[in-house]
Amino acid sequence: MAQLRDKVEKVRSKNAGPFWLTIDIFCGEKSIYQDVCDKLSNIDIATVLDVDEANLKRFEIASLNVLKISLPRPQIQGSMRDRDMHGAGWAAIIGEMEI
Amino acid sequence: MTKVVVPSGALGLNYDKDALQRAIAAGPDIIAIDGGSTDSGPSYLGRGISKYSRSSTKIEWKGLMQARAKANVPLVIGTAGTCGADSAVDWLVDITKEIAQELGQDVKIAVLKSSQDKNKIRDAFTDNKITPLEHAPDLNAGDISSFENIVALAGVEQITEALNTGADIIIAGRTTDTAIIAALPIKNNCHTGAAWHGAKIAECGALCATNPQSGVILVDFDHEGFTVTPMAENAKATPHTVSAHMLYENSNPFVLYEPGGHLDVTDADYSAIDQKSVRVEGAKWVPSDKYTVKLEGSRITGYQVMIMALVRDSHYVEHIDQWTSDIYDLCTSKVKDRLALSDAEFDIELRLIGKNATLGAIDKNTNNASEIGVMGIVTAKTSELAKEIGKILNPYLLHHPLTKEEEVPTFAFPFSPAEIEIGPVYEFGLNHVLQLDHPMDAFSLDVVEVKNGAA
Repeated sequence: MAQLRDKVEKVRSKNAGPFWLTIDIFCGEKSIYQDVCDKLSNIDIATVLDVDEANLKRFEIASLNVLKISLPRPQIQGSMRDRDMHGAGWAAIIGEMEI
Repeated sequence: MTKVVVPSGALGLNYDKDALQRAIAAGPDIIAIDGGSTDSGPSYLGRGISKYSRSSTKIEWKGLMQARAKANVPLVIGTAGTCGADSAVDWLVDITKEIAQELGQDVKIAVLKSSQDKNKIRDAFTDNKITPLEHAPDLNAGDISSFENIVALAGVEQITEALNTGADIIIAGRTTDTAIIAALPIKNNCHTGAAWHGAKIAECGALCATNPQSGVILVDFDHEGFTVTPMAENAKATPHTVSAHMLYENSNPFVLYEPGGHLDVTDADYSAIDQKSVRVEGAKWVPSDKYTVKLEGSRITGYQVMIMALVRDSHYVEHIDQWTSDIYDLCTSKVKDRLALSDAEFDIELRLIGKNATLGAIDKNTNNASEIGVMGIVTAKTSELAKEIGKILNPYLLHHPLTKEEEVPTFAFPFSPAEIEIGPVYEFGLNHVLQLDHPMDAFSLDVVEVKNGAA
């Protein structure tokens, strides 16, 4: 078992507008991409983020060796309970997932 | 063939001046730059102001106005002043006039405005012309008056109207990031899918290349596709850097909805044509049955005061959850008692910097810090009330002891006053589209001639 961030090139999270968050996992090599797609399930990601798995959108982009996950923002960007205006902080918790 | 120069991802982020000169030497047809988006938060739209300093904006805009005069092509900015509300457009128009005077330039300015009249939006809602997008907040007709500012996102049609005035400079309110780049290629009959696709790739300037800070890129559109080239000497575009930009701040990397249709890049092909440039073909533009524009609105949901306390005592760091939980309970009951408020009328939150301030309860990382910043956030329905509650919270954060027996402790306050007024807290409340009979129905276009006696 290793942390995702130690296996891949980069994990990035950003707002996709005020109501959505998007997480890009740049895997670099094809073998790592395959491994990440096989092992990183939507239910695992939803559990870590404490969100409903049904709301996750998953894009496996083989041409870039990228796994992309988009989800409704747990809080609307910049609203009273939002802690991270630009949504970049979620990448850390995904990067620390054991895989 | 239409060449578009994009100097950077936003006015205010700066650009490489040598790269801009190189782009001008390449003979562009237009210079297009974005002025903002929602990404900086709801306060800018709520207040109708720019996030960037006036001085930075003026220096960078002056450089672009000089480049425009040299190239003798239109200069267009979308989403002026971060949020694209009318007040932010007026702010940039003033700066533009000031610069024109300093440079002795005669300029014709087309001003495209995007702010919406709330009564008209309410009528459109009642007429079922406003529909929610996926995961939009609930909206009813009564909510619409609560917005400080509502803007509609202009597309290619409205920018084309502005281009058709023959203006030297187009200052647009809220537009989609892509519309300002796609408009001229589409007007010149370049491939429509390629125009939108190239615009999406170029919207953040050199973010689609290596050395993204350099800013300036040139996109050359034609009847089959487009070629993207970064203008800084040490920047390169590769099929990977270019195609990866479709991921950026985009919930779906293959489909992008715009006024009047959507872009589908599923079948796009990216190929290197040399060490620096990438050729892209194969994107499709799919027109929609109805013409819709997206709406954004920001409203005040309360007023805030913030107090920061720094806890360095290791015993208190170790028991920080108990400490903050005690303070929350004691302060909440004192506020209810002394200000005669119910739970629903105020909110106190204590976020722990050094523990989980970024992510909250989902963060299970247990690495222990040697100190914790306790950020107390008070929200109430008026600013006066928030300040009163902040003053009630203050002594707890300064002196609250974990046990009654111990000497009263004192924690570090980095500021005086300790309770810092933030003012109104805003919220984005619209993720909806407005259906229009004609693209200009929700927008206004005016032309301003500035004469400074240039020969």
